[in-house]
Amino acid sequence: MASPLPGPPVSASPPPPVPPSTRRDRAMRLRGLMRKEAIQIVRDPSSIAIAFVLPLVLLLIFGYGVSLDAKHVPIGIVVDHPSPQTTAFTASFQHSPYFDPRQFAHIKQAEDALRHGEINGIVWIREDFDEQLLSGQTAPIGVFVNGVDANTARLVEGYIQGVWTTWLQDFARMQGKPLALPVKLDERVWFNPGLRSRDYLVPGLVAVIMTLIGALLTALVVAREWERGTMEALMVTPVAIREILLGKLVPYFILGMGGLLFSVAMAVWVFEVPLRGSLLLLLAASALFLLAALAMGLLISTLAKNQFVAGQAAILATFLPAFILSGFIFDIGSMPAPIQWLTHIIAARYYVAILQTVFLAGNVWSVVLVNASALILITFVFMGLVRRRTRKRLE
Amino acid sequence: MWHRIFGLIFKEFLALLKDKKSRMVVIVPPLVQLFVFSYAATFDLNEVGYAVLNEDPGQASRELLAGFEGAPSFRLVGFLDHEGQIAPLVDSRKVVMVIHIDPHFTRDLLLERPARVQVILDGRNSNTAMVASGYMRSIVTAFSRRWADTHGFTAMPAALEVRAWFNPTLQSRWFIVPGIVGLLTLVVTLLVTALSVAREREAGTFDQLLVTPLRPFEILIGKTVPGMIIGFFEASLIILLAVFAFEIPLRGSLGALYLGLFLFLLSGVGLGLMISSIAVTQQQGLLGAFLVLVPSVVLSGFATPIANMPEFMQDLTHLIPLRYFLIILRGVFLEGADASLLWPQYWPMAVIGLVSLAFATWLFRHRLY
Repeated sequence: MASPLPGPPVSASPPPPVPPSTRRDRAMRLRGLMRKEAIQIVRDPSSIAIAFVLPLVLLLIFGYGVSLDAKHVPIGIVVDHPSPQTTAFTASFQHSPYFDPRQFAHIKQAEDALRHGEINGIVWIREDFDEQLLSGQTAPIGVFVNGVDANTARLVEGYIQGVWTTWLQDFARMQGKPLALPVKLDERVWFNPGLRSRDYLVPGLVAVIMTLIGALLTALVVAREWERGTMEALMVTPVAIREILLGKLVPYFILGMGGLLFSVAMAVWVFEVPLRGSLLLLLAASALFLLAALAMGLLISTLAKNQFVAGQAAILATFLPAFILSGFIFDIGSMPAPIQWLTHIIAARYYVAILQTVFLAGNVWSVVLVNASALILITFVFMGLVRRRTRKRLE
Repeated sequence: MWHRIFGLIFKEFLALLKDKKSRMVVIVPPLVQLFVFSYAATFDLNEVGYAVLNEDPGQASRELLAGFEGAPSFRLVGFLDHEGQIAPLVDSRKVVMVIHIDPHFTRDLLLERPARVQVILDGRNSNTAMVASGYMRSIVTAFSRRWADTHGFTAMPAALEVRAWFNPTLQSRWFIVPGIVGLLTLVVTLLVTALSVAREREAGTFDQLLVTPLRPFEILIGKTVPGMIIGFFEASLIILLAVFAFEIPLRGSLGALYLGLFLFLLSGVGLGLMISSIAVTQQQGLLGAFLVLVPSVVLSGFATPIANMPEFMQDLTHLIPLRYFLIILRGVFLEGADASLLWPQYWPMAVIGLVSLAFATWLFRHRLY
């Protein structure tokens, strides 16, 4: 399995040193650099792995692994004194796809099960339920949820509330009394009526994957050149900085766009996420983001110049922020203000907004244009920094 | 023999900490991440933008809306005049929710007919939509109950009394911060160990190490101990910050927590060394670390519950040490668990640790170039 060491960059075969380089020279040098980079990609199995195996594995893991839809939540039902009234209430839990109800004879047993994590919640109907119900008082129904996972707890609470509301209306209708809850809510969820969390997570996931391909891969390959000293060797050739950077960018850009097409195809065909906007717009936005990610990778490697530090920095500065600060899974609007400012320098944030909109809502130009301009700005800033840092090193 | 091992451990620490950049990478980013992620990684909604289209001239609708204005979870963006304004506002993500009150809302309420309110939610982030919908419903229900009480409706036949155990105010942070302790510990130990053998392979010094009197077992100890010590200090620091800076209650026994930490570090270092022994170059080592790290973050239940995954994925999560450690962390922090309750979480980590360390040792000698 010993992979051949990628050939030294002299294979780029610089042309003889003729001071004023013509356009043909430049094109030839660039072609040579890109060829060298392409050969390096093809020869090192780990680069290919990043571009093609990684998206596949990530999409499968994330697509199936990340879900916020709690279904078949195990809950305990305790009815102290069963009667037709209580059965009418508990029956709704049996039929709900959200719950997997288990009967407990006594509240103590249910509490033990909750403590051991066997169930996520308890619905407790006390002994005097019937009495209070029929005497016109308000009968209390005890609900306990395990609050450790606050989000799931809230969803479970919401589901139980839904069951309760439906039951209230049925009960009022049977008694011929006016509705117990006077306000009738008509709730509509746009873009994702079934509230499938996968539909919003998979588009955001594309951003995480593109970050990995773009930033991590370039960070590592350029750091490797610095570490081995081949970068300095490149710099004494007539090749200009601009050409070195371009020679690095183009092959990885192509690799990244390949990974993107693959991810989009999987999102649409495997995960059945609707693509309501245009594919062309999606590709254009992705190209912009990929440039930003590549620039970020180049910057990291130029600063680090060592694979250990570059790898660490790429994970810390690109992958984890793309996961947590991009709005891919956690809502940016709910973060404290200083963190919200911080998210503005995370390129993935803008790309996630575009992805979620183009996939689920369609071509909403007000969203796309604002975020695309931000991406362009970030790309220019990073590219500018890369050029300055690389040049300094030469002096 | 111990003298030799000690020398190796000392050398490992030097290799890791003598370079200023490497030193920074091990110490600073985890702390920055702890603070950024602890505040950022929340499912709690705060100031969710909403707009109102109120066609009802009556008093009741104003009472209902007052409930929203007083809630910290919502932020009023503006009032609309007609239905055509809804779509552009939602499409451009200026608001997540639009409350549309029927023209006859007050009249219907007074006539004891169902009064209609339409609510439109942006489902692009389905979790935000779902949580916002929950908040919205509790505000509407509270209004309904108040109205029923004051306007002579018959009392509500039954009411829910909800109580959340372990985390009474349902703060996401109590869930996330103990998780971050595990996540960052894993990141640091993996990165420290995943490159340790690969770096020496690349430099050729590993071959030299193999021809010294050191046995593979001794090399293993030399490579394991530094990772564990660094992980131990890192984790302790984060636990201290979780308790004193983030005020997460630590209810269970510290002994149970540290037994879990020890086994978790063992399995983390084991996986790291295994990757490192398989890798030929540092790049492959880093990639390998990544291929362990990413599924660990996603499948361990760090952000989304394991119970929501399909069956086959749930089975896969049993291979991930972080899964067990997260249960221990949250159990000890929030539920006040002790070691006897956590036994099912301890032994799988011990098994993963021992198997991967044994495999790594075997690879030391059997993967030569």
